[in-house]
Amino acid sequence: MVHVSLESISKVYPNGVRAVQPTSFNIEKGEFIVLVGPSGCGKSTLLRMMAGLEEITEGDLSIAGRVVNDIDPAERDIAMVFQNYALYPHMTVYNNMAYGLRNRGMGKTEIDKAVKEAATMLNLTEYLERRPSQLSGGQRQRVAMGRAIVRSPSLFLFDEPLSNLDAKLRGQMRIEIKALQRRLGVTSVYVTHDQVEAMTMADRIIVLNGGRIEQIGTPAEVYHQPASTFVASFMGAPPMNLLPARYNGNGRVHLSETVHIEAPGQANYSGDIRLGVRPENVGIVGASHPDALRFDLEFVEELGAGRLLHGKVGESGLIVHIPHTDPIPSDEVYVDLPKSALLMFDPATGARL
Amino acid sequence: MAVMTDTDRTVARTGRPVRWSVVIDHAILIAGSLMMILPVFAVFISTSISDVEIYREGLNLSLGPHMAENFDKALFLKGGFTGEITGSSMLINSFILGIGFALGKILIGMTAAYAIVYFRLRFATFAFWIIFTTLLLPLEVRILPTYEVVQGLGLANTYTGLILPLVASATATFFFRQFFLSVPEELVEAARIDGAGPVKFFIDILVPLSRTMVAAIFIIMFVYGWNQYLWPTLITTDESLFTLVRGIKQIIQNLDGANVPEYGRALALAIIAILPPVLVVVIFQSWFVKGLVESDK
Ligand SMILES: Nc1ncnc2c1ncn2[C@@H]1O[C@H](COP(=O)(O)OP(=O)(O)OP(=O)(O)O)[C@@H](O)[C@H]1O
Ligand SMILES: [Mg+2]
Repeated sequence: MVHVSLESISKVYPNGVRAVQPTSFNIEKGEFIVLVGPSGCGKSTLLRMMAGLEEITEGDLSIAGRVVNDIDPAERDIAMVFQNYALYPHMTVYNNMAYGLRNRGMGKTEIDKAVKEAATMLNLTEYLERRPSQLSGGQRQRVAMGRAIVRSPSLFLFDEPLSNLDAKLRGQMRIEIKALQRRLGVTSVYVTHDQVEAMTMADRIIVLNGGRIEQIGTPAEVYHQPASTFVASFMGAPPMNLLPARYNGNGRVHLSETVHIEAPGQANYSGDIRLGVRPENVGIVGASHPDALRFDLEFVEELGAGRLLHGKVGESGLIVHIPHTDPIPSDEVYVDLPKSALLMFDPATGARL
Repeated sequence: MAVMTDTDRTVARTGRPVRWSVVIDHAILIAGSLMMILPVFAVFISTSISDVEIYREGLNLSLGPHMAENFDKALFLKGGFTGEITGSSMLINSFILGIGFALGKILIGMTAAYAIVYFRLRFATFAFWIIFTTLLLPLEVRILPTYEVVQGLGLANTYTGLILPLVASATATFFFRQFFLSVPEELVEAARIDGAGPVKFFIDILVPLSRTMVAAIFIIMFVYGWNQYLWPTLITTDESLFTLVRGIKQIIQNLDGANVPEYGRALALAIIAILPPVLVVVIFQSWFVKGLVESDK
């Protein structure tokens, strides 16, 4: 069931900046959508239009079947968690959570019940009488979450809620937020520029670039079938290898005059391409392998769980990911780019062929 | 001993000039402090001696037996042209002026700054600069037209006429505007999502956030209002509205030429007039510094 729908929504700021190109997509009820993209690509703008904090220049936004373009943020049945939490500094944790409910005219006992329930859920019970300034970053983050969930809204909006936390806490809160969302079943839109957060939390990822949608898909689709070189290099650390090559429509991809390998499929195209392959899909093989390519190993990055081999195939740089159980190859190294893992991209538009 | 060693080391390292400059600095500071405190102290001590003695010898630095009597007269003896006003009634008027002025300033400054900062008014910046230029036109500069207007409105010899014209200037608006601009944008947005309208946001969030700022401005304005002389002199001719600062002179004027002026009583009144602003500053000093230096965010 569609819960939120955007129809050719665009945003032009008063100073003439076109932050969001006409954009359309639907969000299913209970879905966890992650908006991801580099800084300045319009993620926050899109989210803030959903919240009602930013006017929608063109297009229609509906939440639960109702067009909400001209409806006040408070009336949209949404809750938002901000990057800097935006807690009311002079109110206790309890009042921070209760404030929105009071404004809604909810009764005292009901408020008390809702706040206590949320506090229990978020392990905040013992901090209810404290001020935000007396809490740690992680606890403040929880209060911000609490303020969102007490209202039991039909849509959660998150704008980079974890980016002020240290790496370890971020990993932990990521899991907590995801688990909470599963439990409450509330439709959520989550903005981040961290592709790990995007991959781990999303039901579907929307990759934005320069105010346009590059791709919408499940984390696996976005990772394994990127729609463009932009997505291929944005998602994944290290990013997908993109080797300059030529495709002549004859079923072979030429990496150079003399080196050519089998093409991943038929494409109605001939000319220069970018050949994409994920580092973990490149195999180390013996010299006798039929498709073996000579790999000039330059240096090795130790990751603990695995290793990254940086080097060159012909003139182009290539990163290979090997498990830590494999030995670091010495002398002559040969790699195989398996046909099933190869993707071809148009070098001019970046689109997948 | 530790101090000695410290000084010695300083001397050894940098030579005599540093030490002398420190001595001179302190000498200047101490001399300055004495110059400010001694006269007040002399006035205070002199309230304890008889009027005749003051008349003969001027201010005195040795304690006499009349202090309680003089303060009692200063506060409670009826005097003035009508023979109806007392020091304590003027004290009350001074408080009304100081507090009324400070509160009026804060109320008007805050609401004006709120409108300028948070509402998309067409000429907000222009309005702000207009308000700002009133800083260049304090009451003393526009005193005649202001008198004309207040008189015309029939507000002469009323508390309103005494307080209102003084309130009209931009200082508080300016301070509150700067403060509101430093409140994070997200706080406004969070409040909007929480269903707080403009009035609720102002009362529930902005006012509590500004409380140290309010305290600081209250202190400054209270002292400023308390010490007003020119405007009260002009606009109040009814003795029952006289403030202390303006009325000290009046209360000892009902003497027939032959008598010695009531110096002791006048000096006691001067001390009483100094006291409230000093106490306000001393008591609220920590708030004052807090409000100007840090903001609770
Ligand atoms: N209030 C504004 N007025 C004018 N232009 C703006 C405004 N807010 C954002 N922009 C512009 O709109 C574009 C998108 O901004 P937005 O804040 O949505 O980026 P973002 O994807 O959230 O980036 P980040 O990851 O850095 O938060 C940027 O080019 C930005 O400069
Ligand atoms: Mg942003």
